[in-house]
Amino acid sequence: MSVVRLEGVSKIYSRKVPREFLGSFLLSRLRPAPHERFHALKRLSLDLKEGDSLAVIGPNGAGKSTLLSLIAGLSWPDEGKVVVNGRVAALLELGSGFHPDLTGAENVYLNAAVLGLSRRRTREMFDSIVDFSGVAEFIQEPLRTYSAGMVMRLAFSVATAVEPDILLIDEVLAVGDQAFQAKCVAKILELKRAGRVLICASHVKQTLRQLCSRAIWLDRGGLVREGPAAELLDAYEGQGAGQT
Amino acid sequence: MRHNNHGFLLGNLILRDFRIRYRNMSLGILWSLLNPLVMMVLLTFVFTRVFPALSKPNFHVFVLCGIIPFNFFSVAWVSGTLSVNGNAALVKKVILPREIVPLSTVLANCIHFAIQVALLLAVVWLAGYKPNGYWALLPVVLGLEVVFVSGLSLITSALDVYFRDVRYVVESANTVLFWMVPIFYDLSQVPYGYHELYQYNPVAAVVLACRNILYEATAPPPTLLYKLFFVSVLFLVAGLFVFGKLKRRFADYL
Repeated sequence: MSVVRLEGVSKIYSRKVPREFLGSFLLSRLRPAPHERFHALKRLSLDLKEGDSLAVIGPNGAGKSTLLSLIAGLSWPDEGKVVVNGRVAALLELGSGFHPDLTGAENVYLNAAVLGLSRRRTREMFDSIVDFSGVAEFIQEPLRTYSAGMVMRLAFSVATAVEPDILLIDEVLAVGDQAFQAKCVAKILELKRAGRVLICASHVKQTLRQLCSRAIWLDRGGLVREGPAAELLDAYEGQGAGQT
Repeated sequence: MRHNNHGFLLGNLILRDFRIRYRNMSLGILWSLLNPLVMMVLLTFVFTRVFPALSKPNFHVFVLCGIIPFNFFSVAWVSGTLSVNGNAALVKKVILPREIVPLSTVLANCIHFAIQVALLLAVVWLAGYKPNGYWALLPVVLGLEVVFVSGLSLITSALDVYFRDVRYVVESANTVLFWMVPIFYDLSQVPYGYHELYQYNPVAAVVLACRNILYEATAPPPTLLYKLFFVSVLFLVAGLFVFGKLKRRFADYL
């Protein structure tokens, strides 16, 4: 059974200035400007089954984030259909809801709630979340006293307590030092072994090689190639776009 | 992840707003009390010393019955309106029922509201009024005000994503309402032809009902309560509908 299926999905933005002000909206009603539309995603189809892991590669503006937010249900396609069977967790940004004036512990609870964890599970997982992050001795201090790296580690640790059927990751794996990154990768591989679907957009080739078996290569919203991750990553690097 | 823990999420978002507001403030919760007391003293001075003809016995009680429901309404509506834009990161990047963003903001304001209502009851009691059976209606009346401002905030917070001018419309509407809600005057001073219109404004209806209960120690007229109920629930339903329609393109505009 397919867990994530996209059928000819397009996302179209109009390039004229967003109608942020009522005045310009009324004006545009009076004198309609010619619509300049561009495809953030062009008729993309995709089919992922249990245990699949997909790397999404391509230069900036290729449509990687658009694709993830469509699968997450955060935005709606303009054409085509997105079918998702199962609970989705989206790590599109770490530490959503984090506030600098709250303590580390308070932020853990807040972020866990935001990511969809229950009160019970948050309580059960609290100690292991804090352990994983390695910031235990500062957990009662306000977050603004943390270094940027510490904040990210705490954020990622909360995210690991989520147990989704489908995990979407957008460029959030470049967190912390090498030891911490290795821990993160191990944690995600654990999910993958449990048959969860993983979709990962990143520029960090090494991580993608470790995590993903399939890959799609996007450019300006269109599909360039798809195939086994290792093969596609080689081709992508060879093409010289590797360092974006 | 798809949420089935709305209560936990709502509680944490409310707690966040509340904690952020009071942390790093030496006077903390006293600020919730200071503002309505200052307004009460000012308006009482104006209407007992400057315009004594417009005064009423225990004017400070009379006016505080108006100030507190109105203050809650205006503050909750403005912060509710700004909430979706203010939490753009959550709305854009996290899978959560988006309705929870304006609703938690309005509900966080209810904590201050509860403190201010306690102040109101204290002032009423200090003025020599004894609690009466109608006080039991207060939670219903004030609850309907929360329902109304929730519905209204759902509409304006969604519109504010598309048109950033909505916040100024809301602020101006609040200024208009300060005069069009009977805060420092009574409905009996308003020409009869407008009474119906006043009663259909939930904020005015709440003020009138509070005054019935606390200042006059009588039951609010049932017709007033029906209107309050009808309009408040209507706005909540409309708010959920409009928000549900508009939220689909939030991520494209934030």
